Amino acid sequence: MYSDLDSLIACPSCDALYTAKRPAKGERAACARCHTVLIAPRRNAGLRIIAYALASLVLVMGALAFPFLGLSVAGLGNKATLIDAALAFSEGPFVILSLAVVALIVFLPALRLLLTIYVLTPLVLDRPAWPGAKRAFRWAERIKPWSMAEIFVIGCAVALVKLVDLARVELGPAFWMFSVLVVLLVVQDTLMCRWSVWRALNR
Amino acid sequence: MARTEPLSGPIVTAREAGLVACTRCTRVWPLSETRCARCGSKLVSRDTQSLQRVWAWWIAGFMAYIPANLYPMLETRTLVYNQSDTIVGGVIELASHGAYGIAFVILLASVGIPIAKFVAIAFLALSVRRGSRIGQVRRQQVYEVVEYIGRWSMIDVFVVAILASLVQLNIVVTITPGPAALTFALSVIFTMLSAQAFDSRMIWDRQEQDGKAKA
Ligand SMILES: [Zn+2]
Ligand SMILES: [Zn+2]
Repeated sequence: MYSDLDSLIACPSCDALYTAKRPAKGERAACARCHTVLIAPRRNAGLRIIAYALASLVLVMGALAFPFLGLSVAGLGNKATLIDAALAFSEGPFVILSLAVVALIVFLPALRLLLTIYVLTPLVLDRPAWPGAKRAFRWAERIKPWSMAEIFVIGCAVALVKLVDLARVELGPAFWMFSVLVVLLVVQDTLMCRWSVWRALNR
Repeated sequence: MARTEPLSGPIVTAREAGLVACTRCTRVWPLSETRCARCGSKLVSRDTQSLQRVWAWWIAGFMAYIPANLYPMLETRTLVYNQSDTIVGGVIELASHGAYGIAFVILLASVGIPIAKFVAIAFLALSVRRGSRIGQVRRQQVYEVVEYIGRWSMIDVFVVAILASLVQLNIVVTITPGPAALTFALSVIFTMLSAQAFDSRMIWDRQEQDGKAKA
């Protein structure tokens, strides 16, 4: 009865079955009963996502190199980079925590950017997908909840307030780079239409 | 808004149509398929193991959350005093300095959200088996909120990391992470895994069973 399964789409949240029709650019098709967005193509989404992802990568590297908070107490000063923060837990069982923090705030966000660029670049150029592109995109999607750059930025702000009584604190350049990065990551997520990408990967 | 259309009239699920849907790429396949040929994900019409994994991670998360509240999160040493703060102690400390906004954020992220999450996940998992007076749409929303907001509990761990790395001025003042930083991080990770293990399609199946029973 459903000879052309490729024209169907099932809501990943509630399993409702629909015939997929690509909406006009900028419009969205959502599930009628659970309202999960199913298809949301945007104009030049691929090209824009790649551009933002490249900019984000530059910001991640910059944020690694510069301090994000500086403080001084009684004439003594200290500046911390992202790596310092991640390696704060370096004794005994805390090493696991260190690795987790590096992964959550630097490694996974960066990996996700690289995977996204790898998947989308050939699609935007109208070339066949690069080898392993499907696996790469699957991983990029899976990593998503574990990439916590934005939470770290708010964490910086909280740390700043906690230290105000103790010392003079100032935000370093890496903090601002990370803040911009967070905005770019949010924009990339709103541009990304998974359905369109999977379709393009199987052309 | 929606330009996709149900196959005909009322909503039919992929399962009812004899199909299995890929939750990662939304492609459908005949029920007999086990792997999505479009994206390579494993196909399961309903993840029957799902609830077991939800509860296993839930319990692990809860076990880690108890010591996270009992042990200090942060140990501050200065020339004149030693102080160790538990999660709640840290909140009180912030509030006593007049930083009510930040104290509220930490209280919400480290106490409010984790507890609400334990309750919400347990409720969703139980409602699959027993049904619930709360509608499917509302429960789906609860699930989405849990998935979205759970990650934010990690904020206190990051704050500890930042403080510990920054405040290493040895003689004057040092801040070191306490054991609770580790167990709290584990608790957040386990509850995220618990929420991810939940197959939200089960929320909607119940209604179909009820509907059939009435008809
Ligand atoms: Zn749906
Ligand atoms: Zn698939």
